[in-house]
Amino acid sequence: MEIFGVPLQSLAAQVFLGLVNGCFYALLSLGLAIIFGLLNVINLSHGALYMLGAFATWAGLNYFGLSYWWMLFLAPFIVGCFGVLIERMMLRRLYKLDHLYGMLLMIGLSHFLEGLFRLFYGVSGKSYSAPIELTGATDIGFMMLPNYRAWVVAVSIVVCFATWFAIEKTRLGATLRASTENPELVDAFGVNVPMLVTLTYGFGAALAAFAGVLAAPMVQVSPLMGANLIVAVFAVVVIGGLSSILGAIITGLALGVLEGLVSAFYPQVSATIVFIVMAIILLMRPSGLFGKESA
Amino acid sequence: MTKLFKSSAIALCAAAAIGASAPATAQYSGDVIRVGFLTDISGVYSDNDGQGGVEAIKMAVQDFGNINGKKVEFLYADHLNKVDVASAKAREWFDQQGLDMLVIGANSGAALALAKIAQEKKKPMFAVTAATARLTNEECTPYNVHYAYDTVAVARGTGGAIVDAGGKDWFFLTADYAFGSSLEKDTSDIVKAKGGRVIGSVKHPVGTAVNFSSLLQQAQSSKAKILGLATSGDDLINAIKTANEFGINKSMNLAAILIHITEIHALGLNLTQGMYLTDGWYWDQNAESRAWSKRYFEVMKKMPTAMQAADYSAVTTYLKAVKAAGTDDGDKVMATLKSTKISDMFTKNGAVRGDGRMVYDMYLRQVKAPADSKYPWDYYKTVKTIPGDQAYTTKAETKCAFWK
Repeated sequence: MEIFGVPLQSLAAQVFLGLVNGCFYALLSLGLAIIFGLLNVINLSHGALYMLGAFATWAGLNYFGLSYWWMLFLAPFIVGCFGVLIERMMLRRLYKLDHLYGMLLMIGLSHFLEGLFRLFYGVSGKSYSAPIELTGATDIGFMMLPNYRAWVVAVSIVVCFATWFAIEKTRLGATLRASTENPELVDAFGVNVPMLVTLTYGFGAALAAFAGVLAAPMVQVSPLMGANLIVAVFAVVVIGGLSSILGAIITGLALGVLEGLVSAFYPQVSATIVFIVMAIILLMRPSGLFGKESA
Repeated sequence: MTKLFKSSAIALCAAAAIGASAPATAQYSGDVIRVGFLTDISGVYSDNDGQGGVEAIKMAVQDFGNINGKKVEFLYADHLNKVDVASAKAREWFDQQGLDMLVIGANSGAALALAKIAQEKKKPMFAVTAATARLTNEECTPYNVHYAYDTVAVARGTGGAIVDAGGKDWFFLTADYAFGSSLEKDTSDIVKAKGGRVIGSVKHPVGTAVNFSSLLQQAQSSKAKILGLATSGDDLINAIKTANEFGINKSMNLAAILIHITEIHALGLNLTQGMYLTDGWYWDQNAESRAWSKRYFEVMKKMPTAMQAADYSAVTTYLKAVKAAGTDDGDKVMATLKSTKISDMFTKNGAVRGDGRMVYDMYLRQVKAPADSKYPWDYYKTVKTIPGDQAYTTKAETKCAFWK
């Protein structure tokens, strides 16, 4: 059976592969949405933090002999701590100013980090192999699926929905959301709002690093790996609705699948389709698919 | 007056030494020879050329010294792989800084645009890492020298060797811009000429990273035996990595038509062993290349690519021609360039043809297995020499209007 000249079997494979890419979009856009929601900061250094996660994974193995499984926890922790430092030492000073200043700081920081790694490792970067437990491939009927990619899909979806649950359904999440709406009032209840803000940024950075760890065995660990991805991720956040958690997750996954489908029919547009969708959504629903209309 | 006499005398002697005729008095615009270098210093091609290319040209300028008492100045800039940035910078250098010669490193799109500007300004341009053979074919100009290689040479070398070894059915994964299209077309031509078939191709946007899986899936379902990778830099690295992950390298043989030693280094020999490639220079090819590479290594802490060595050689060749011609006038230097043999650490038998193609012997090489690699950067064994007159487009095939 064929659809527009593409066999159904390969179409199914494309959808699945698109879903893998979608997982990266979802994880990264989720972090962006959380940071934007609470800090009102457009975190343009997110791609660099993702790159740091991947490099930390590579460095863990090559300098300290730490396996992938160790780094799956350690890399997000280290980059999360780095995120805490960024918020405490830099971002905090800019909250009183226009949002543009925060954004500029983040652009500068990402150029600095990428430049630094380029200086030491060159743009070709480093090769990292998947852990032994996850090498090989499984025949799932319509394609040979590398086990590592199946793992990426499973673990990303769990992490994404756990984050959504924590923010939307728990008491801590409720406090977080309240701090976004009215920080003074929450402060008056005795909640340490500045601490909450710091930890939120750290968590967003850790999510980016987590995506970086997942990506390390799939793509070359290189200084520009984040810069290539982050523009598309921003488009995902805009489509989903700027601070919507669920919007970021669902849009991320959906656009990954859409990209996969497009590359089956007309691959040249696969990198552009995200922006075409963004333009259409902005015209029809300026606040994004899941965003609330602001007054 | 004595000084003028002296410099003329030196110019005359230099000209006589290599058998070219030079005017009696040396003339240099602005009393200085300015060489400009535009390449990708921060993006996907920056390891092949980039800062390494900058250092190589600095070495060339330093080694050459003054020309008849005139200083040689070197300008460089990152064109960010943007044709408009490259064009604007080149115009600024030509119009405001009195640039005498332009070297374009990476990016075929930029090189095609810059060739037009250099022609308009009547100044020599050397294209080095930019690979499209259109530079000396459909879009040839009298002021352009294409130095290290081109898509035709690597296609004939690598593509030809693979078809000869029995790889007849091809599918291409192609970078969606000038370079990728040229490489795919030139390889397809040689595959078909040798009795092979091109089953299909898929174009990828530059810098797609994680998305290669979708495209490679299509390559695999084509049932072709050879996957021709008409792409380079980061994209090539990620395509090879993804092909390994999906086991595509078990059902298809990967043919990286244009791969540089930095990319082999980044991927490691495990993923690249047995691959064929075509180049004109390898750091470990002879004593002279090793000596030069040692100097380069001290600055860059990695071995040079053939492109970086070619940057050095291209600038040296230009400066020799300026010295011989006794002027930096574009037309006169081009005439000298096209009538002089090139012999240095890069090549022993180079010559710039009428269409601007620098013709010299190329080599078919194969990437060593990890066990055969004895010391750092020991990556290639040379399979055969491809004589220059067989490697490149011939006069019978050319579409270059003024070289028929």
